[in-house]
Amino acid sequence: MKITVSGKIKEYKDGLTLKGLVEAEKVETPEYVTGSANDELYSAKDFEGIVLKEEDVVEFLYFMGGGSL
Amino acid sequence: MIRLPKRFYDEIVAVGRKGKPEEICGLIGGTKTEGIKSVKEIYVLENIDRSREHFSMNPKDQLEAVKDMRKKGFVPLGNFHSHPESPSRPSDEDKRLAYDKNASYIILSLQDEKNPVLKSFRINGNISEEEPIEYI
Repeated sequence: MKITVSGKIKEYKDGLTLKGLVEAEKVETPEYVTGSANDELYSAKDFEGIVLKEEDVVEFLYFMGGGSL
Repeated sequence: MIRLPKRFYDEIVAVGRKGKPEEICGLIGGTKTEGIKSVKEIYVLENIDRSREHFSMNPKDQLEAVKDMRKKGFVPLGNFHSHPESPSRPSDEDKRLAYDKNASYIILSLQDEKNPVLKSFRINGNISEEEPIEYI
């Protein structure tokens, strides 16, 4: 199946989960990443249960935070 | 080096002043050519911590910003946030949560509200280095 990952069209086997994609794409610090598939947001703990399908559009959003102390 | 249009400096300062006493935050997008980052757009995002001392960007806002950057052909260059009551330098927490050593981390200090100080840093682990800003 073809899916769009971070703006690039890629070919992956059917049945791939968001967790599998994180591993395949070697996403750094996945515990700090929110995944989006077709604009739905998922936290890392839910990645395993999200099965991707043809033409899905996936983005990985890194946690961005900090503090002044 | 990072090239920052003056209008974006003005916008970050205005948003920071309006958001005080809480921290404000956002993303910067643009182009990278021969080591020079040119800021073409800034995105003010919700600080879901709503705190004077911390910020966390709203992932929904982040997604919208990333989509807009892709549409316009820009790349993410880094982020900005304010320090309402402390200097413009990365805090220990800023360093701990900085995951991208190539990103620009812009910090606006409003410690002296009449004299805002905006600086950009690159952060690699526990080491931060100020990055020159060219205003255009």
